[in-house]
Amino acid sequence: MARLFAAADSATSVSGPPSAGDYATDSLFRGIAWFSAFLIIVLTGYILWEILREAFPAIQAHGLGFITGTTWNVNKAEFGVLPEIWGTLYSSLLALFLGGTFGIAIAIFLTQDFIDHRLATVFRTVIEMLAAIPSVVFGLWGIFVLIPLLKPGAEWLHSQFGWFPLFSTDLAGPGMAPAALVLAIMILPTVAAISVDAFRRIPYKVKEAAYGMGTTRWEAILKVMLPTASSGILAALVLGFGRALGETMALAMLIGNANQISLSLFSPANTLASLLASTFPEAGQIEVQALMYAALVLLVITFIVNVAGLAVQQYTIRKFEGKK
Amino acid sequence: MNAVAESVFVAQPYQAVGDIIIDCKVDKIFYGDFLAVRDSTVPIEKKKITGFIGPSGCGKSTVLRSLNRMNDLIQVFRFVGSVIYHGQDVYAAKVDPVLVRRYIGMVFQQPNPFSMSIYDNVAFGLRLNRFKGDMDERVQKALERAALWKEVKDKLKNSGLSLSGGQQQRLCIARAIATEPDVLLMDEPCSALDPIATRQVEELMLELKANYTLALVTHNMQQATRVADTTAFFSVDISHGGRTGYLVEMGPTKQIFEDPREQLTKDYISGQFS
Ligand SMILES: Nc1ncnc2c1ncn2[C@@H]1O[C@H](COP(=O)(O)OP(=O)(O)OP(=O)(O)O)[C@@H](O)[C@H]1O
Ligand SMILES: [Mg+2]
Repeated sequence: MARLFAAADSATSVSGPPSAGDYATDSLFRGIAWFSAFLIIVLTGYILWEILREAFPAIQAHGLGFITGTTWNVNKAEFGVLPEIWGTLYSSLLALFLGGTFGIAIAIFLTQDFIDHRLATVFRTVIEMLAAIPSVVFGLWGIFVLIPLLKPGAEWLHSQFGWFPLFSTDLAGPGMAPAALVLAIMILPTVAAISVDAFRRIPYKVKEAAYGMGTTRWEAILKVMLPTASSGILAALVLGFGRALGETMALAMLIGNANQISLSLFSPANTLASLLASTFPEAGQIEVQALMYAALVLLVITFIVNVAGLAVQQYTIRKFEGKK
Repeated sequence: MNAVAESVFVAQPYQAVGDIIIDCKVDKIFYGDFLAVRDSTVPIEKKKITGFIGPSGCGKSTVLRSLNRMNDLIQVFRFVGSVIYHGQDVYAAKVDPVLVRRYIGMVFQQPNPFSMSIYDNVAFGLRLNRFKGDMDERVQKALERAALWKEVKDKLKNSGLSLSGGQQQRLCIARAIATEPDVLLMDEPCSALDPIATRQVEELMLELKANYTLALVTHNMQQATRVADTTAFFSVDISHGGRTGYLVEMGPTKQIFEDPREQLTKDYISGQFS
């Protein structure tokens, strides 16, 4: 076959077609990328399938009553996870609120010229190191440091404002407050690091435009930088929330594993993940099937949260950045 | 003054004919250790258009952005001299740069709309200054003056970033003029615009001149002759190893282009330099 654009060659030109090797690397790379993407989907599908299979007898036996039921009694074969669903969402939302607020605040502090950028890098590394602490260490820290620390404050709040639903019980030991606090600390690095990246991606000229309009620093941050970084910050929050929903070890140690629904920050509760972790080791066949069903519920919740987060993110991208 | 200072060229001061609204006396402008601009006195006359011309890197943007303390965002920036605006040095310790930028607006070399709707972009300064009147009317007027209204009137809710580069630049012009600042600094506002939009923006400048003061950096000689009343020509001194910009000559535009005093100006304008 005649070479295309052969007439474009001249004595001095160095332009030429890509070599066969160039094309081969290209296809190889594309192949690897496709294979990896495919593998992820297959793996996710397989895990889902296995859980569904194991949970199937329980689904048949309990139906939707499993989701609305509030007791977990092996002897009577009565299983319901409403308290765990409540505990999972409640603890994760509290953690998201605390961790999200502080995470975004830290990101603003680190990127908006409050401190020297070398110092900011040090800060950032320290925060990212938080993410490397094993969750069992957080659990132990919660038991031996945080709970004793919280006790006097909780006692006071309960005695003074006991009528307020959030403080309606006393903190006896493990409970929602220490669990949510530790969870907040655990998702903080995720939220902060991804938000920092979102702020760093804002071009310098945008900052210039904001200050050029005569904004004060806070006006620039709140009215310009935050909306500009919003899609990245949302991604950070979704990721942090997902992490909070699935966190197991620290919660199993701190939440108290009590099968009850309460608004009180100081009462013990339970989450789906910690129910799984603490019940599995001694579970019989029937209970394992019920636990598989619980795992499925957790998976569905995580899925819904991620899809909803993605939808909100797409919406903000469209609204603020005008991309389709 | 020491002996070295006497040997370097310093432009003859321009005797302004009208009121001076910003009296800018640059002694030295540094970025870190780098001396970017030296010895340049650039008085900006009230309700006139002052053009800044000169080769790339001679410090036009640097001087222009010093007028409203835009360069304060750059940590290594250091200004030695004075910028007297309505009798007050804007570099005095008690002056908040935010306040200066409210009165001295700016259009940048590169379009930089905010990631928000077209409407919100234009209304930004109005809201910032707690404007209480008819917002829609002001926004429309600003967009009309910036020659953008016809193209965007049906999609004001769309993001400003969804526009083309030239449209974005006109949006930025609309954003800057919506509050009708006392002085408007424009750094090559037309470099991303087609000839038609360029002429419209030039007409806008001439219209604004009736009530406001403008300073304009441009690489387009025709543009300078079309709109500028006064022109300042800067050049860059590479003889001492550095790259320091300085004012060569400032005067009425007609004189600068038809009868320049300095040889450097003559060469630049006739295209023998750059
Ligand atoms: N942020 C900065 N940090 C360090 N040096 C800078 C900075 N901005 C500008 N300079 C330097 O200052 C000098 C003048 O730059 P300036 O942008 O004012 O030139 P200009 O005349 O506007 O050029 P152009 O016509 O290309 O826009 C240049 O040598 C440039 O390298
Ligand atoms: Mg410039």
